[in-house]
Amino acid sequence: MDFSVIVEYFPRLLEGAWVSLQLVILSIVLGGALALPVALARISPVLWIRAVPFAYIFFFRGTPLLVQIFLVYYGASQFDAVRDSFLWPILREPFWCAIIAFTLNTSAYTAEIFRGAIQAIPQGEVEACKVVGMSKAQMYRRVLLPRAFGIVLPAYGNEIILMLKGSALASTITILDLTGMARTIIARTYTPMEIFLAAGVIYLAISIVIIAIFRQIEKRQNRYLGTVSIKVPNKG
Amino acid sequence: MIDLHGFGHQLLQGALVTVELALASLVVGLVLGLLGAAAKLSSIKPLQWIANIYTTLIRGIPELLTVLIIYFGATSVLMAIASVFGYDKYIEIGPFAAGVTALGLTFGAYATEVFRGALQSIPKGQDEAAVALGMGPARKFYRIILPQVWRIALPGLGNLFLVLLKDTALVSIVGLEDIMRKANIAVSSTKQAFLFYLVAAFMYLALTVVSMVVVSYLEKRARRGLTRG
Repeated sequence: MDFSVIVEYFPRLLEGAWVSLQLVILSIVLGGALALPVALARISPVLWIRAVPFAYIFFFRGTPLLVQIFLVYYGASQFDAVRDSFLWPILREPFWCAIIAFTLNTSAYTAEIFRGAIQAIPQGEVEACKVVGMSKAQMYRRVLLPRAFGIVLPAYGNEIILMLKGSALASTITILDLTGMARTIIARTYTPMEIFLAAGVIYLAISIVIIAIFRQIEKRQNRYLGTVSIKVPNKG
Repeated sequence: MIDLHGFGHQLLQGALVTVELALASLVVGLVLGLLGAAAKLSSIKPLQWIANIYTTLIRGIPELLTVLIIYFGATSVLMAIASVFGYDKYIEIGPFAAGVTALGLTFGAYATEVFRGALQSIPKGQDEAAVALGMGPARKFYRIILPQVWRIALPGLGNLFLVLLKDTALVSIVGLEDIMRKANIAVSSTKQAFLFYLVAAFMYLALTVVSMVVVSYLEKRARRGLTRG
């Protein structure tokens, strides 16, 4: 093991980590925004409204993320219509292709998490809203969505960690994210163990920070539960 | 029908490799998961530490990086070990072995948590009853504990297998001739990227559906001892 390589190339790895973070943050924000309407359509009582998000979620959860990235990055350029369209400046860029693939992928998973949370809210609360005379929009805005947000947090935190790990796939379409940067450095120095382990440690550090942030948000969001959330060890 | 330019047979061969890789990794992962859970629940502190480090590391590092570390790193580690014993030739591990190791390690780390939860949910009385009947530790585990752990852990393990199945695509990056790699080859000769990656996607989808059917059959089978009143 030659640790001087790690020291020498650490700034480059951090550069890569910043690209990874950008990928994760953008995809999570866009994916979350897309997931909400998908989740709401998924629980619609109307069959054909329900069927479309079902197929969407099924496809994106049932196929590897790698295939999805390749479909967007290599697949889109197969069609001349795409090459000639206004979308080409975006679809030509690996970064935006990765964002598109990650967003679609994470939105499918997130939509299922949202759906589960909305359905986990006791029926009594829905009935209470109706009794008080709230409209459907008011019910969602004031009661169902804030409640769902609290329920959703742990699973959503996991999804962000999974997205962080998935973002390593961006390196397969020439993006210099943390993994891509590591591979580039290794191509020059031939020290796979040292550099890959350093990259792994950086990923680990980012995950730990994300977990810590989510613990804080969870505590805040569920503060109305009062002392219930504080676990009392029952000994004796 | 869709015109696959004669690559249909190749893709099916790739599917076979994908299935082989998934099943081999599953076996390795299940064993590692049981060992990990046993270590986490054991009263020996160092075993707990090792298991905790293992699951934390593997679950915090991208699967792609694990595959790359095993494929490129294991070679240099093996060569370093070999040179200690005076063997200086070039050693290489193939993509399949690297894939099984990496995906098995990943599956094992997640399965550790699933098995741990299942083991903990079995009432202590079951354990005591087995001992009272005079069963030794091995027989107790095999006859009493394992069938119940299996039933409780199956849904979680089924989900993990679906994740594993999709992760097999990553091993194509280091050159394994699976569905993904065959699709890459087809794309480079026909230039029809969208077509072939879409076909690959639907092949994975089909494998996912088959796995879901098998898992639900196994779940039903594992529950057969429980009567619903």
